[in-house]
Parts: sequence; C-alpha cells; structure tokens
Amino acid sequence: MIPISYYLIFAAALFCIGLFGVLARRNAIAILMGIELMLNAVNVNLISFWRYATPEKINGQVFAVIVFAVAAAEVAVGLAIFISVYRRRGTVSADEIDLLKW
Amino acid sequence: MSLNDLLVNLNLIMPITILTAWACVLLLVDLFIPKERKGITALLAALGLLVALALVISRAGVATSAFNGMIMIDGFATFMSVIFLFSGLAGIAVAYDYLIRSGIERGEYYVLLLFSIVGMMLMAAAADLIMVFLALELLSIPLYVLAGIAVPRPDSEEAALKYFLLGAFASGFFLYGTALVYGATGSTALTEIVSATTSGGVNLSFLVIGAGLILVGLGFKVAVVPFHMWTPDVYQGAPSSVTAFMAVGAKAAGFAALLRIFVLAFPPLAMDLTPVLWALAAFTMIIGNVIAIAQRNIKRMLAYSSIAHAGYIMMALVPYGQGNVAADTVASALFYLLAYMLTSFAAWAVVIALEHNMGEGRDTDGLSLEDYSGLGQKQPALAAAMTVAMLSFIGIPPTLGFVGKFYLLRTVIEGGFPGLALIGLLTSLVSAYYYLRVVVYMYMRDGEPVVRREPWLYFTALATAVGVVVLSIFSEPLFNWASQAVLKLI
Amino acid sequence: MWLSEAVSSGPQFFYLVPLVVLFPVIGLLVNTAFGGRMSEKAIGWLASAAAGLSFVVAVLLGISLLSYPEGAVVPIVDWITIGELNINWGFQVDTLSVTMMLVVAGVGTLIHIYSIGYMHDDVRFQGDPGRYQRFFVFMNLFIAMMMILVSADNYLMLFVGWEGVGLCSYLLIGFWYDKGENGIGNAVAGKKAFIANRIGDFGFILAAFIMFWVFGTFEFNAVFELAPEVASLFPAAIVAITLLMLVGVTGKSAQIPLFVWLPDAMAGPTPVSALIHAATMVTAGVYLITRSAALYNLVPQVQNIVALVGAATALFAATIAVGQFDIKKVLAYSTISQLGFMVAAVGMGAYVAGMFHLVTHAFFKALLFLSAGSVILGLEHAHHHMEHNSQLKLPMDENDLHFDPQDMRNMGGLRNRMKISFWVYLIGAIALTGIPPLAGFWSKDEILTDAANFNPLAYWMMLAAAFLTAFYMGRQILMVWFGKPRSLPAEHANESPPIITVPLIILAALAATGGALNLPMWHTFTHWLEDSLGHLHAAEFSLQIAGLSSFLVLAAIFLAWLLYGRKYQAMQELPPDKRPDDPLRPILGPVFNALNHKWWVDELYWTIIINPYVSLAHFLADVVDWRFWHDWFHDTVIVGGYNKLTQVLSIQIDLGVIDAVANKLGDSVKRAAAKWRVIETGYVRNYALSFFIGVVLILGYLILR
Repeated sequence: MIPISYYLIFAAALFCIGLFGVLARRNAIAILMGIELMLNAVNVNLISFWRYATPEKINGQVFAVIVFAVAAAEVAVGLAIFISVYRRRGTVSADEIDLLKW
Repeated sequence: MSLNDLLVNLNLIMPITILTAWACVLLLVDLFIPKERKGITALLAALGLLVALALVISRAGVATSAFNGMIMIDGFATFMSVIFLFSGLAGIAVAYDYLIRSGIERGEYYVLLLFSIVGMMLMAAAADLIMVFLALELLSIPLYVLAGIAVPRPDSEEAALKYFLLGAFASGFFLYGTALVYGATGSTALTEIVSATTSGGVNLSFLVIGAGLILVGLGFKVAVVPFHMWTPDVYQGAPSSVTAFMAVGAKAAGFAALLRIFVLAFPPLAMDLTPVLWALAAFTMIIGNVIAIAQRNIKRMLAYSSIAHAGYIMMALVPYGQGNVAADTVASALFYLLAYMLTSFAAWAVVIALEHNMGEGRDTDGLSLEDYSGLGQKQPALAAAMTVAMLSFIGIPPTLGFVGKFYLLRTVIEGGFPGLALIGLLTSLVSAYYYLRVVVYMYMRDGEPVVRREPWLYFTALATAVGVVVLSIFSEPLFNWASQAVLKLI
Repeated sequence: MWLSEAVSSGPQFFYLVPLVVLFPVIGLLVNTAFGGRMSEKAIGWLASAAAGLSFVVAVLLGISLLSYPEGAVVPIVDWITIGELNINWGFQVDTLSVTMMLVVAGVGTLIHIYSIGYMHDDVRFQGDPGRYQRFFVFMNLFIAMMMILVSADNYLMLFVGWEGVGLCSYLLIGFWYDKGENGIGNAVAGKKAFIANRIGDFGFILAAFIMFWVFGTFEFNAVFELAPEVASLFPAAIVAITLLMLVGVTGKSAQIPLFVWLPDAMAGPTPVSALIHAATMVTAGVYLITRSAALYNLVPQVQNIVALVGAATALFAATIAVGQFDIKKVLAYSTISQLGFMVAAVGMGAYVAGMFHLVTHAFFKALLFLSAGSVILGLEHAHHHMEHNSQLKLPMDENDLHFDPQDMRNMGGLRNRMKISFWVYLIGAIALTGIPPLAGFWSKDEILTDAANFNPLAYWMMLAAAFLTAFYMGRQILMVWFGKPRSLPAEHANESPPIITVPLIILAALAATGGALNLPMWHTFTHWLEDSLGHLHAAEFSLQIAGLSSFLVLAAIFLAWLLYGRKYQAMQELPPDKRPDDPLRPILGPVFNALNHKWWVDELYWTIIINPYVSLAHFLADVVDWRFWHDWFHDTVIVGGYNKLTQVLSIQIDLGVIDAVANKLGDSVKRAAAKWRVIETGYVRNYALSFFIGVVLILGYLILR
C-alpha cells in the first residue's frame, strides 16, 4: 500500500502550485484557478487522512464533499463578479484593477 | 438521523432555523415587491431579525448541543448572536436611505444580509471545524456579493473582486489547516481535538502547523496584519452601509470562531502559539494605527482603525492558554466587541449621513476629512455622536471604548504580558492623533457640510452614541454578562 | 380627651423627633428660596412658625416621655460607614434631650417672634433692610443645628451640631459685618468667637478620637455601657477624654480661659445675644457634661477641676460685670458668670442643679437681653426721631450726636417712659439675683447647697459671685431705670410695640415661676431627669444656706442703692469735667479701672499669646519664608540653578536631543504612515504576496522553533 506521506507530499505540491498560480498569474480567472487547485489539494489531504487515520468514520469524506460544494458556490459568485468587472473595464487583469489603493 | 431527530435539532437552533427560512422566503417574496417599494423588504428583514433576537434572548441561559455536537448553543453563542443581530438591525437602519439615494436599492441586499448573519450566528455556535468552515463561507459569500452590490460603480466592483479573490485564497489556507488538524487528531470536533492532543499519539507538527494555518485563515477575516491588506480597499470601495455591517459583523464572527477554537481546542499548543499571537497583535496595533494617520478618506481611515482594533482584541487571545486568566480575557474580548459594535455604528452612521454622490453640483463625495468641516455648528447632534465615537475608539472616558480597553489591558497584564499592554497603550495614544483630527475638523473649521437628514440614520447614530456613554457608566452588569457567557465555554 | 390619649399613647410620638430638625430646615429653605419675594412679616412669621412647630413636636415628645420615661433612640440614616466605623444619625429621645429641645424651641420661638419687631427697626437703623431675610434664615439654621446637637445619639453627630451652632454664632455675631469699630469691628468679633471656639473644638475632636480609639464607637449608650470597664483597664483614657471635653466646654460655654469671645459676641443683634449667647448655644457645654455624666462620674479628680473652673469663672466674670457701662456687656459677663455656676454644678455631679439653672437662666437671661434690646430700640428710636426733626435737634450736644444707645450712662429714669419693659426687666433681674420666690433663687440655691456639701472652695467662690451678681444687677437697674434721664433720647424714649413686649411678658412669667420645676419638697425635675441620668441625689433644702445667700443678696442690693441710688444721683449735679463716671471709681480707684478693662485679659492674651504668635508668624513669613526660602533658596538656589539648568537643557539637551528626537519621532510616525501606506499598492497579487509572507513567517517560526 502506498504510504500516506506520498499523498501528503502530493497534496502539498498541488497546494504550492495553486499558490504559485495565485501569486504569479495576472488574469483573475487564472488566480481563481490557482485557488481551486489549493482547495483540491486540501481535498486530497482530507481523503487520504480519512483513509489512513479514521476509515471507520466518514467525517473526512463529508468534509471533502462540503468543500466541493462550497468551492462551487464560490466560483459561481466569483465568475459573476469577474463578468461584471469585465463588462465595465474590458479586462480582468488583476494588475489593471487598482482604483483603490493607499 | 431520522426526520424527527432533524426536527428536534432544528428546534434546538431555532433562531438560526427561523432566520434561514425567513431569508429564503424573503428572497421569493421580494420578487413580488415592486421596485420602488423595497422598503417593505427592509422592514420584513428587520422583522425577521427582531424575531430571531427575541428567540435568542428568550433562550438565554440554555446550554445544549445540536447535530451530534457540531453546534453548541451556549452563553458564548448567545452573546455573540445578540451582537450579530444588533449589527444586522443597525446595518438595515443605516442602509435603508443610503441605498435609495445611491440608486442601488435592491431587495437582495437585505436577503444577503440575513444569510450573512445566519453564517455569523453559526460561526459563534460552531463546535466542529467543518461547521466553522461552512459558517465562514456562509457569512463570506453574501458579503462578497454585498461589497459589489453597487454595480456599476467601479470601486464597488473592484472591492468585491479583491475581497472575493483574497477571501477564497484565505479559505484555502484555512482549509489546509483544518485538514492537517484533522489528520493529526483524527477528528474535526473541537473537544475531541483537545482530548486527542492531551492523550498523546498525535502528530504535533501537523497539529501546530494546522493551528497556525487556521489562525491565518481567520486572521484574514478579522483583518490582522499582515493579512489585512484587503481591508482598506474593500472598506473604501464597498457601499458604506455594507462596510459598516462588515466591519462589525464579519470581525466579530471571526473573533468568535478564533476564541472558541483556540480556547476549546488548542490550549495544549499555547506554548507554541502565544508568541505568534503576541506578534500579530503587536504588529496589527502598530501598523493599523500608524497608517491610519496618513489617511484623509474617512472610510479608509476607519478601515485602518478597524484593523487596529482587531489588534486590540487580538491581545485578549494572547493569554488564551492560561486557564486562570483565560476566562477573564475572553470575557473582556466579548465586552470589547460589544463596545466596538456600538462605537462603529455610531461612527459609520455619521459617515453615511455625510456621504453623497458626486456631481449634482457637488465636487466632493462627502468622504474626505474636509467635508466634516463645520459639522459641529451645522449638525450638532451628528457631530456629538461622531465625537463620542471617536473618543470611544481612542478609549477616553466616559465611553464604552474606555471601559473595554480598561478590561482588556487589565487582563492582558494579569496574563503576564505587560509589554503588549504597553504597546496597546502607546498605540492608542498615537490613534488619538487621527481620531481627534476628525473632531478638530468638525468643531474648529468652518464649512458647509452636506448632510442627509434621514430619521433612521439619525436614530442609529444617536442611539448608539448614547448607548456608548450610558452603558459605560453601567458597564458592570454588561461585563458580568460577558463573564457568564464565557463561564460555560471554558 | 386628646391629651389623655396622647399621654397613654407611649412611644409612638418618638418617631416624630426628626421633625424638630426638619421644621426649621424647611423654614430656612423656604425663606432662602422665596424670601426675596415675601414681605417682612411673612418671612418673620414663617421662621417663627418653623421654630414654633419644633416646639410643638418637643412638647409631644415630652408628653410621650411622661408615660414612657425611658425614652428611645430613633435611627434615621447611616451617615458614615468606613471600615469598622459606622455612624448613624440617630435621635436620642430622653428626658434630658427633650428638656433641651423644649428650652431651645420654646425660648427660640419667643425670640423669633420678638425679632419680627426688633429686626424691623434694626435693619432700618443700620441702613440695610435687605438683611432682614438673611437674619431669619440664620436663626432657623441655628435652631436646626441646636436641635441636631441636643438630639444626637452619638458624639460625632453632637459634634456636627456643635460646629453648626458655632457657624451660626459666627454668622450672626458678624451679622452687621460692615459695622463696628473701623467698619470691621463686628467682623473681628465674629472671627474672635470662631477662633476661640475652634480651640475648644480642637479639644473636643481629640476627645472624640481617643474615644473612638478606646471604645470603638461614638454612640452614647454603647460608650456609657463600656465606660466602667474601660475605666478599670484604662483610667488615663477616661481622664483624657473628660479633660479634653472640658476644653471644648470652656470654648463653647465661655469658661476660663476661653471666655473672652462672649462679650465681643454682643456685636450681634440683641435677639442673637439672647438666643445664642445667653439661653441656648452657650449652655451646650453644660449639656455635654451632663450627657457625659457616666464618664465624669468615673473620674472625681476631673470633676473637681470642672467645678473649680466653673466657680472661678463665676466669680471672675461677676467682678468684671461690675465695671461695665454697656448694658449688654454687663449681661454678657453675667451670662459667663451664670454659666460658671452651671459648669461648677455639673462638675460637682449636681447635674440636676446644673440643668435646672440652665433652664431658669434661659428664661431670665433671655428676658433680660430682650428687654435690654427693647431699651436700646427705644433710645435709638428717640435719637433717630430727634436727628430728623429740626426742632428737637437744636438742644442736642456733641454727646448726643455720637450717641451710644447701649451705654448705661446715657440712660436713667426710663421706668416712666417704658413701663412694661421696666417691669419685666425688674422681674428678670430679681430672678437673676436670686430673691425668692423667683426662678433664679431656687436653681442657684440648689447649686449652692450642693457646693456646700461637695466642694467648699467652690461654694465660697460662688457665694461671692452671687453677692456680686446682686450688686451689678442692682447697679444696672438703678442706672437704667431710676434717677433722671441723662441724655435727650432717654428723655424722649417710648415703649416698644406689642410684638416686642408680649414675648417679654411671657418670658417674665416663666422667669417668675420657673422655680416651680424643682421645688425642694417635690423634686419634680430631679425625678424627670433620673430617667436619663440614672439615680440622682436630690439636694436637701437648707434654710441656713438659703438664708445666707438671701442675706448677701439683699446686702448687695442695699449697697448698690447706696452707691447708685443716692450717690450717683448726687454726682449728676457736679459739672461734667469733675464728675466721675461711676461712683465706684473714687472708692476703688485703680481696681475699678481693672474691672472696667476686664482685668486686661484680652490684653494679656495679646501679650502672651497673640503678639508672640504674630511675631513668630512674621519671623516665619519674613525671615524664614521670604528671605531664606524665597529670596535665597528659591530665587538663588532653585531659580538660579534652574535657569542655568534649563539653559543647558533647553539649548543643548532639548533642542539638540529631545526636540530633535520628538520631532523626528512625530515626523517619523507620519513619514512611516506615508511610507507604509504605499504598501497598499492596490494590486491583488501584492496583497496575496503579503499574505503569503505572513504565512511563511508564522509557519517558519512554528516549524523551526
């Protein structure tokens, strides 16, 4: 059986990739995708912990499902906001949205 | 879980149940309310909040848990629920006229407000990390939308975008933290986390990192340095009524979760986490107060002020691991939140009363300090309310802010952190500079402030200002109430 | 019917006792608030009614005491609670306190009524009618304070009243503060009274401190209960307490050595002299000793001192009275002398005799003062009238223009012009001298009888004082009322109106019959007081002593008649420059001068106490404070050094270091604000980066720790 550390390292790597995406990409949608990657990394964590630590309880699984659902809701709201911004400014580049500062 | 069980459990959390159901119904009812009469929606939403408030108060003193221990109904939850419901009512009161004159009167506004409050109440009652996460999202997502509800105003959109992106980003960290805690202890229930930790066999580094990440995630919500960056932009860009509600409700909810999680689940990690908390509180107080000095936009200034106050309340969390003073510190944090709520609404109600649209022959938006010139002469009542709020923010008697700071600093010193208390004291001295500058503008400069005379705004400003002063004189029972609330938590 | 019910009703009237204080307080509040809009009559009658209602309450209390003689303590409020110290304001209702209340309120009411007439004229002669209202406010305040004093159930509350009446005394002595010698004479007199009383009060306060230290309480009942026990453990404490209280008594009741203020206190309006400085306030010391009988009984040596102080005062003051020409000064020294009798009596343990004399003295001395006031008023009226009437003004000489209406040398023959005043004055004088069967005889005789039994030295001194009393009263009667008028106003004086004479008649009746209170065969008053003071021995009437004193009195009166009835009249025929002002002067020579100058006691005090004190103060002020402290130490050392230091500090340290740092600090905060705000670039990714850095720092710390 694959030891749990493999999963955890994988999840951590996935999280870092998502994080990099957030920090490095300019397009808001790409940033959102980075965030989604981070959330999925969490899901991997949750499932693997559930499988290895407490297979008799289902709370890890349930948590993962809830994270899916919430992430979907977030994306819905986020995309709506992006669209609205895009309509007004013709761009969703995070570097051009800097009306509010200082 | 049978249907019967579900009903029993829903009954246990009746205020939340009612408020949720009411919000859903209102969403539908709002469709049938004509566009120019959205006041009805506001009224109905307020009615729902009042009903929930009555239920909460009538059930005060009940301590029970529901949904297999996922939710805890206790004095702590009751206290916080009262704060949330009051901020909801005040949020509606300050929004009503503001939305009309800003041309953004929409029924969803009130519905989203209700959902957000449901999230906050769940947050204060959550006894399981899953529940905390759900509640966090339930309170945040409506706020993302509310921040951007003033479309097509570009600053509102931008605020929503920034808030959303950073909020989701922070949730990622929070979730990662909960996953690690879950992995380390095999449970997400707060009480089981602590029992697993004390009984050993726990991966401590996972647990500590998880706790740190949870702190980061919630620290974002309450806006502590360095997770505060969103605050000024969002507070400035969002419609002022949303900002007022957000500044109080979201912050209080974040602290409710922080207090409950740390005090309930992480006392064994106090050795590791206390220095982190100390540094966060210190940096937040310093940076929040210092940068506020440079602000001339009142909303932005109040945003930094709210960051600074997050630092003050954070001080209460520092000695959370010391059983003997933890009860007092948490109680003083609750008391401070109450003081902060009343003071904030007094200040924001005045801000909203002065805000107006540019154009229509005006070259200002009523949000810069200069726009407050002469307020003391033209609108003495509003100026007095603002003065009270500013004094309370600084912590000058006879205001609740003073009493709150007094309790807070006392418990921090009792907890053995005189250095932190000193920083708190010095930074509030610094803060006097920018708070009193508002007073100076109001009373010592001549000007023609443009003020919207609107009964609900006046009522909110004056009622909260009077409350700030009067309650400070009778603060003893309030603090006792906070202590009682905490008693069942610890 | 109603009365019998009241008599059998027992103690429930006791709960009315707060009203004795409340009524005058209401009176003074109403007069203060609305007096400006009320007529003089209304003000005066309101104040009198307030005093009268107090009297009614006191009577009711007395009636209750008939059936319930043990009395009660009626608590009102907790006044002070500090640690163990718990002081209630309670009312002691017993025969002793009610006796005092009856005297205070009864005589007080009559004097209030009298004042309505007297002050009406007085404020006009003195040229400031606006003070009429103030007078009655002060008078009511005095009644309230005196009631607090006599009704207190503990020493501290008693002290409150004690200070309160002292304040009223000060206010009323200085009532015409802008009059008198050099325009400040009355104010100085008030100050003198206040300071002399402060010295006494200081003793009282020390006594109270020791009492609390030893007994742990101020309450009468508790203290008296513990007293025997304390006396056996701690005899010195009781001695100290009683002696220090005696100091208080010498101040308030004008005994040697603090009596000097009372004659000067005559600067106040005459009703004030009658009420405060004769009938009531000055007897507070006698009341205090009587009230503290349980303490004084334990220390015979102190009792002896008290008795001797009293007797010496009685004699000393009586000698001075002989040499005075001011009608009120004579009465003032007489008062001091009579107070000496009372103090001597209570000092000997003859509390009943002392209190008895207190009561009768209140009647006849108030009477004497008030009738003297009537005389003064009559002369002033006449003088005033003549001054403003060109025809009558013609015969006035220099003396008449600077006319002193209180100088007995300007009187004479008034008995024909002021008949009522004359008769009541005569009754008062006879009562005072102690001719049977008027009141003074019985009370003075009782004191003398007790003195003969307990303290022979005091007895002889008081006997001599009694002789002198009769002499100076005879002298006064003859100088004022008999012979021929010695001034124009005296020729034209008229009787005062009924508002003045009616209270005089009532008081005269009391002075005449007051002795019936404690006639030797029944001892009514003795039994009455026994309920408060425990068992009292009743002095047996001694025909021998009564005979001796009566003989001396008659002899003194005869002597007075020889000198002032005959010789003085004969002297009037001499030309003014060869005429001595008093027939005693040629006989006694320098001694009379001494009497006239009050044995130079005031001058003595000036020489041995006040002047050295003033020189010391001057020395301290001029040399120590000014030259040394101010000029040298302050100006040279401190200011000079400070200047130098500040120069260094301001130029080198402040400007160079602190200012630079403070400015820099303030600037740097602002600069930091300006700089740090730029962190908020507005770019979401930067925010996320800051967030991430925070995470890295925290996690780094948590992992690497």
